[in-house]
Amino acid sequence: MRRTAITAAVAALALTTGCGAADMTKQASPFANARGAKTVTLSVQSWVGAQADAAVAQYILEHKLGYRVDTVQVDEVPAWDALSQGRVDALLEDWGHPEQEERYVRRKGTVVSGGGLGVTGHIGWFVPTYLAKRHPDVTDWRNLDKYAPLFRTAESGGKGQLMDGSPSYVTNDKALVKNLGLDYQVVFAGSEAAQITQIKRFAKEKKPFLTYWYAPQWLFEKVPMTEVRLPPHKEGCDADPDKVACGYPHTPLKKYLNADFAKSGGAAAAFLKKFRWTTEDQNEVSLMIAEQKLSPAEAAKKWVDSHPSVWKKWLS
Amino acid sequence: MATLSLPSARTKTPRLLRNRAAAKLLLLALLTAVLLPVLNRWGNGTWPHALTVSLDKPLASASDWVIDNRDSHPLFLYFFGHLSNAVVIAVRAVYLTLLTAGWAGVTVFGALLAWRLAGLRLAAGTALAFLACGALGMWVPTMQTLALMVVAVLASVAVGALLGLAAGLSDRLDRALRPVLDTMQVLPAFAYLLPVVLVFGIGVPAAVLATVVYAAPPMARLTALGLRGADPEVLEAVESLGATRRQRLLTARLPLARQELLLGLNQTIMMALSMAVIAAVIGAGGLGDRVYQALASVDVGAALAAGIPLVLLAIVLDRLTSAAGDGTARPRAGGRPRLIAWALTLAGTVAAALAARLLGATEWPAGRTLDIAGPVNRAVDWMTDHLYSGVPVVGGTADWAGHFTTWVLDPVRAGLQGMPWWSVLLVVAALAWPIGTWRTALTAVLAMAATGVLGVWEPSLDTLSQVLAAVAVTLVLGLATGIAAARSARVDRALRPVLDVFQTMPQFVYLIPVVALFGVGRAPAVAAAVVYALPAVVRITAQGLRQVDEAALESARSLGATGRQQLWQVQLPLARRALLLAVNQGVVLVLAVVIIGGLVGGGALGYDVAFGLAQGDLATGLVAGAAIVCLGLMLDRVTQPARHRAGKGA
Repeated sequence: MRRTAITAAVAALALTTGCGAADMTKQASPFANARGAKTVTLSVQSWVGAQADAAVAQYILEHKLGYRVDTVQVDEVPAWDALSQGRVDALLEDWGHPEQEERYVRRKGTVVSGGGLGVTGHIGWFVPTYLAKRHPDVTDWRNLDKYAPLFRTAESGGKGQLMDGSPSYVTNDKALVKNLGLDYQVVFAGSEAAQITQIKRFAKEKKPFLTYWYAPQWLFEKVPMTEVRLPPHKEGCDADPDKVACGYPHTPLKKYLNADFAKSGGAAAAFLKKFRWTTEDQNEVSLMIAEQKLSPAEAAKKWVDSHPSVWKKWLS
Repeated sequence: MATLSLPSARTKTPRLLRNRAAAKLLLLALLTAVLLPVLNRWGNGTWPHALTVSLDKPLASASDWVIDNRDSHPLFLYFFGHLSNAVVIAVRAVYLTLLTAGWAGVTVFGALLAWRLAGLRLAAGTALAFLACGALGMWVPTMQTLALMVVAVLASVAVGALLGLAAGLSDRLDRALRPVLDTMQVLPAFAYLLPVVLVFGIGVPAAVLATVVYAAPPMARLTALGLRGADPEVLEAVESLGATRRQRLLTARLPLARQELLLGLNQTIMMALSMAVIAAVIGAGGLGDRVYQALASVDVGAALAAGIPLVLLAIVLDRLTSAAGDGTARPRAGGRPRLIAWALTLAGTVAAALAARLLGATEWPAGRTLDIAGPVNRAVDWMTDHLYSGVPVVGGTADWAGHFTTWVLDPVRAGLQGMPWWSVLLVVAALAWPIGTWRTALTAVLAMAATGVLGVWEPSLDTLSQVLAAVAVTLVLGLATGIAAARSARVDRALRPVLDVFQTMPQFVYLIPVVALFGVGRAPAVAAAVVYALPAVVRITAQGLRQVDEAALESARSLGATGRQQLWQVQLPLARRALLLAVNQGVVLVLAVVIIGGLVGGGALGYDVAFGLAQGDLATGLVAGAAIVCLGLMLDRVTQPARHRAGKGA
């Protein structure tokens, strides 16, 4: 027993002091760079739009620039952390995280901006268009209380149900319901997959529903939805999370790169910085992935084959 | 998964127990009557605010400290950094070896290994399983998961065996370790992903470490059990031969504990595999990541295509290790032929790998994949379309879910949340004390109170109401199925593969079907928990009933008891301990998927943990995780008599 203990202690000592400092900012995936190929690691967020960005970037990196690409699915906030540590090289669709920008871009300098994605994001409350046609005035928040009984479910406890999605999303809905004095209960679907499944269920039976949703999103093509007007957004009106009483802003989506990768990433980094497309382009790919059930790679190939003028600019 | 060993029925007379229980309850009632005026001062509703401690600030600043110092502090540079690098290097080495062997090499190696350990049938099964992974287009992710598993299992076994060795050799360490292992068992994996991620960042090192925390306890428990269970006569004989302590350990105690050690290995592998998908949430890659990504596009078929290799891996590894453990392996010859057989295994592998390399086929042939996603999705759509609502007479699944929510979940939650806080604690004490000691009861009460102190009393009761409902449903279904399986060998055979699949299928795969059938809310959360916990309950029940003393049954039969009378008056009472264990395991397993419930609208603690992970919010996530742990401890104590506690799933 004693010898084992000594061996262990020596080993631990060697591990902790003998081999010098380990750099926590250079932590590549063990699966990267296998078989001598250069690997770029992209982070993918759980919504399909982000999958579309990553799929097209991956296709071009692999087929036009000769890289191997690893994708890792992580939520946005952990993705920032991963960027900073070099576990992933790029985050292609960020919906605005001022706290993380401050910490990693400005203070630590381990992450750099990769420019805009070209797509503008917007969060809001939506009802299905078939309902908005039946009751045109449902699209103003002031009339929502009148329709609360319509949106009642087993989960909403006698009030109307406002369905929220994944815990990773930016939302002020609980505060909004309270501060606007609405007779609604926020029910968290808990994941985007669950939320989409539920929305499709409702739509199939033409049932009324009110949901937190965001654009650009492929689901609009399948289930047309109309936005409910909330009190207009003004700069800073959502500064205090408890007192929010206004709608959501329009956010130009941005890309972020690991600082080392941006500097020494060669053709891959240059390409990712230039990568910029439109909402329509993104939706086209998203729809192929989510509705036609093409694999992201197949969807990306289809898009790349039919839009050479768009992506050729990214490589010049 | 593996065979269960249940302690024999207790011999204590029931009447004495009942009297003692009554005395304990009386004492408790008296105590309450005395304390009531004091308790009333704190209010009669929910947990009093004055008794809470907010950890938000310290946790938030701890998290900030770690992030700001991670790249520069010596603790990280000289300790965690090296740990992380070591894991990366190890996983990478295994992964590259697997890639070099190619699909042919890996398949041949697997088959030969299975042949050595368990005979031809399993060899064929193993080969087929590997080929299926390739055919589903999942070869590379499967190898990534396998590499991760090899390293994680080795580390878990090392850690577990060391802890077990310590606990097996020293009574004091055993006592000290037991609560630690208990806690590790009821700890839901999601709860500690967060701190691990904070220190190591997302990715493989964090995943491996989280897996070790999860998978090491069964190894530790079974190692300790094996060492303690060694036949004293053999030990005495060895001692009389003048063996030293270490010689005794190496030549007698460890070899005698071989069966327990292998069962521990088996359990560790199973738990590590079940962690593979959860680890995907923190970017571990591999099959889990494919399952998780498929969810984003609401694609059950693709999730299943990645889930099946996991199930196959689990089943193959389970059969392999349990075959090695039972001694059902082929009779062993002396040392030399064994060595030759191993050499042959290795040679076969190298030959296959080289052959594939020469033919230019190390990677799985691109065209040779089977697309199951389309048909599966059509099947799921058809099912949900036809079952969701408007089914004549019985109503659709959505209606059931609605009724279940309104008639069961709502009243239970309202009841729990409406009770004065101290009476909840009283009920816990009244349940825990009669079946255990005052210590059990105290632990249970303190655990329940801790959720209040942490400031999450209300969501904890919400989660508790869901857990109770899910456990009730699981027990009704599980006991019925278990009884059926125990009474008919045919049912048992038919059930076995179904249970294997249920138990090893990643929980993420059934997230979407559950929502498609039951809508968003607490009902699908309960459904997901039931699916996960059912197999263990069925297995334990069936095994417990089958182990009932044949003589007792025979005498009942000779007295002319009908089948029903045998069941109710002989089998069930005699299998009491097994049934209690089934209840306990049901509770533990349901709690393990509370987070999955959070992902389909279960809300409460499960959602908070998921929120903490997604938003990097240590305060919310960790507190909710801790509350789940407390609920787990409380329920464990309330459902399990103080003595004999078996390992999770063991």
